[in-house]
Amino acid sequence: MAIKDFPIEEYVLPGNAACPGCPSTMGLRTVLKALGKKTILTIPACCTAVIQSWYPYTSFNVPTLNIAFEAAASAASGIAAALKKLGEEDINVVVWAGDGGTYDIGLQALSGAIERQTNFLYICYNNQIYSNTGIQRSGATPYAAWTTTTVKGKKEFRKDIGEIIIAHHVPYAATACVSYPEDLYNKVKKTMGIRGPKYIEILAPCPPGWRFSMDKTVEMGKLAVETGAWILYEYENGKLSFNGISKSIAEGKYKPKPVEDWLKLQGRFSHLFKPEKDIVRINAIKDHIRDTWEHYKKLASL
Amino acid sequence: MKVVIDTGNYIAARAAMMAKPKVVAAYPITPQTTIVEGIAKYVENDELDAEYICVESEHSAMSACIGAAATGVRTFTATSSHGLLLMHEMLHWAALARLPIVMCNVNRAIGPGWNIWCDENDSIAQRDTGWLQFYCSSNQEVFDTVIQAYKIVENEKVLLPAMINLGGFILSHTSLPVRIPEQKEVDEFLPPYEPKWRLDVNHPITHGNIIFPDDYYKIRYNMQLAQDNSRKIIKEVAREWREKFGTYHGDLVEEYRCDDAELVILAMGAIGAEAKVAVDKIRKNGLKVGLLRIRAFRPFPEEEIIGMAKKCNKLLVIDRNISVGNEGALAGETRACLKDRVEDANVYGFIAGLGGKDVTYIDIEKMCKMVIDGKAGRVEWYGLG
Repeated sequence: MAIKDFPIEEYVLPGNAACPGCPSTMGLRTVLKALGKKTILTIPACCTAVIQSWYPYTSFNVPTLNIAFEAAASAASGIAAALKKLGEEDINVVVWAGDGGTYDIGLQALSGAIERQTNFLYICYNNQIYSNTGIQRSGATPYAAWTTTTVKGKKEFRKDIGEIIIAHHVPYAATACVSYPEDLYNKVKKTMGIRGPKYIEILAPCPPGWRFSMDKTVEMGKLAVETGAWILYEYENGKLSFNGISKSIAEGKYKPKPVEDWLKLQGRFSHLFKPEKDIVRINAIKDHIRDTWEHYKKLASL
Repeated sequence: MKVVIDTGNYIAARAAMMAKPKVVAAYPITPQTTIVEGIAKYVENDELDAEYICVESEHSAMSACIGAAATGVRTFTATSSHGLLLMHEMLHWAALARLPIVMCNVNRAIGPGWNIWCDENDSIAQRDTGWLQFYCSSNQEVFDTVIQAYKIVENEKVLLPAMINLGGFILSHTSLPVRIPEQKEVDEFLPPYEPKWRLDVNHPITHGNIIFPDDYYKIRYNMQLAQDNSRKIIKEVAREWREKFGTYHGDLVEEYRCDDAELVILAMGAIGAEAKVAVDKIRKNGLKVGLLRIRAFRPFPEEEIIGMAKKCNKLLVIDRNISVGNEGALAGETRACLKDRVEDANVYGFIAGLGGKDVTYIDIEKMCKMVIDGKAGRVEWYGLG
């Protein structure tokens, strides 16, 4: 669906407390437009816990349960179970969590909820850091990125949570990026027709966290996809397929831009370019992107 | 009404089944396991129309109960020891969210080393979470208290979660006869749950977002009011239960042969049952001893303890827990509530039975003798050997 045809109803209202250029709010706005009014959100500790505004106000126009950091997926299990008993299974049960709450502290509850075939949609908006606490390393932080707890750059590569989710044999999993709202909208819409656990992970470039100008959020997300640093895919009925530009990259119809084009615009990677170019680490990033692509191409061919 | 002979755990499961929760989320842990097994069987045999969520941890058990209760249904869970400790964060969450969740906790010691026997340090460590806490001394009391608890906590003047404690193995795995009412009678006593708030797509609210100090402070104050309110409700519900079903275990406390007592024992849980035997035995020797069994540790039965201390100024407090660095929790709180109110009160604290060490009526007789003979200090570690 084209953006101009999105429902006019807004569920993320003005007056919220997001930073200018916040990708989380952009993503959630699209997600809720797709899901509509019959949606219950549960949100663990993350930026969105603050963004929704403070008591007694709220900027969210769907029922929202805030819950502890590691507890979102299990709270959603409870919500889904209660709705089943109330005969209200047509309501979308949705977790909206950051990467810290998904990759790290919330992984156990998420794994459990998926294994139990909970009928819910779990969305991770991944800004690749603990941003709400002020930019600390998470399991989603990419190699070499500066954070306040990796001041010389992270030494490890990020966890591939998508594969962890897929290993649970979910009926649906996908990646998305806030820069492609139609793609995100369509993916969310698709989950609404599927019973059981659904997982979508949205790349969410964070201006203060990644150290770029707040008017460049969309561009930063696009570059991540265009350089191949972020892959858009869907996993459905045991089959993985690429979408959008990622599909063109996989088919050899689009030559990915050099990853430096994306890295250079982010202050968190500035140490890779000055005082002199850090060829070793830039090559390690390139190798990792190449290996990830090879791996995913294999998965897609299965 | 029929009489069933069964273990404390199966009786707890039966009580939960008869209270008709819509969602049960639980995780097994010794010695609680047979409660969740019992519930699972009821659900699978269609004797209980509930969703049973086999969660992957106790933290998730409580989180799922919170999610379900916030969606507007009655919930139940059960745990013990380390499971309860893992839940700790969510115990606070449930109470602050004012969700009337009911949970059984089978009191068990905390490791290391691994010890599966009775000890109340698990639940005492949760005393500041805002939950109502009941301690049972018989399987009948377990049954009655579980159902009573729903009626208490679902009262709009309370709306806090409740924890019903039973001693690991002492009650959990011991079969005793229990009078079980008909389901119809239970339904008359406990009407279906009508939530005061719920996650409702037609009336969207945001629960638990950022709150500033002035409002947060009021939330805490309101929790305190709710605990205070619950004192009256606990009494009313216990009275109503007695009228309807004939069994009665006291309300906040149970008094046993206290009228002319010159020494009163304060105890919780199964030690309370043992203390009754001790009282009878000692009285046969002409010594006037009574028992004030603490059923509700939260809300704390302050008035009842003060009233008792005014009649009898010698109080022997037995704690199957230790606030390391201070003393047993019941003794400490008893002292605190008597301070400046009953000037001549003497409180003798006895730590006993930690890690499941037996505390029999003979031990309790010996404790009484130590106090009567003037050989008991402020805090005694009974039976250290």
